[in-house]
Amino acid sequence: MTIGLGHYLAVGAILFTLGILGIFLNRKNIIVILMSIELILLAVNVNLVAFSTFLGDIVGQVFALLVLTVAAAEAAIGLAVLVVYFRNRGSIAVEDVNLMKG
Amino acid sequence: MILPALFFYLFAGVCVASAVLVIVSRNPVHSVLYLILAFVNASGLFILMGAEFLGMMLIVVYVGAVAVLFLFVIMMLDVDFVELREGFLEYLPIGLLIGAIFLVELLLVVGGWVINPGTVKQITAAIPNNVSNTEALGLVLYTKYIHYFQIAGMVLLVAMIGAIVLTLRHKAKVKRQDINVQNARTPELAMAVRQVASGQGLQDADAAEWVK
Repeated sequence: MTIGLGHYLAVGAILFTLGILGIFLNRKNIIVILMSIELILLAVNVNLVAFSTFLGDIVGQVFALLVLTVAAAEAAIGLAVLVVYFRNRGSIAVEDVNLMKG
Repeated sequence: MILPALFFYLFAGVCVASAVLVIVSRNPVHSVLYLILAFVNASGLFILMGAEFLGMMLIVVYVGAVAVLFLFVIMMLDVDFVELREGFLEYLPIGLLIGAIFLVELLLVVGGWVINPGTVKQITAAIPNNVSNTEALGLVLYTKYIHYFQIAGMVLLVAMIGAIVLTLRHKAKVKRQDINVQNARTPELAMAVRQVASGQGLQDADAAEWVK
């Protein structure tokens, strides 16, 4: 049996859904939420690369590279904010983030 | 022909299984380790598709940088992770419901999709047959998409500066290097030559002055 574009898109869809599910299940633990976001971005990359290789267009891989860059920057900034928040409050529970009473 | 299919199911299965374990693990350190496993297998999928450069990049960037960053932060913060998991079962039904709806929708889209025949004619930069994937990527990345490449560099620079600015703090008690004081120091300030009388040694007054 041949592995086609649909197989890779299915893997991407499952990974994306697991990322969404991770955000729902770990509502209190912001570190796991950040990891779920990484999973979502990985699913996006799988989709981009799958379309790129199966349609024979290299631009999809260029775009995947840019997504990779943004994902790395996002993880760095997110974790820095997390560290600062922990220093100020002594906790990383998402539900405690109500200082501004928004 | 059977081998690529076998490897696809191996990589895809391990990737999805470790993604599940990322979100259900009790210990965030285990979550990070499963995240690494998921990324390594996704990299295998990339290589299977013929995108070797991105596969290797995934390992370098995610396993080498992002996952290690996560591990550092988890081990640095003194957090009671058991307490953070309290709402897990409470959110499980609604999470599963939304996840199932979402997955069914996505799979329906994947199952029912058809590529427009015109798309193949509109390819921007076709993958050349005679060069490796890395070279093909470099041929377009550094010419046609050079501005995107530089903007990506700017994004990383801003992220780096932002992370440093956010986490840097000056403690009053810590002794710091003062370059000006060091450069202003001359041999006259730093040392003195004494004629020490035999059998008497250096007097306390002299020593005090010298230490100053």
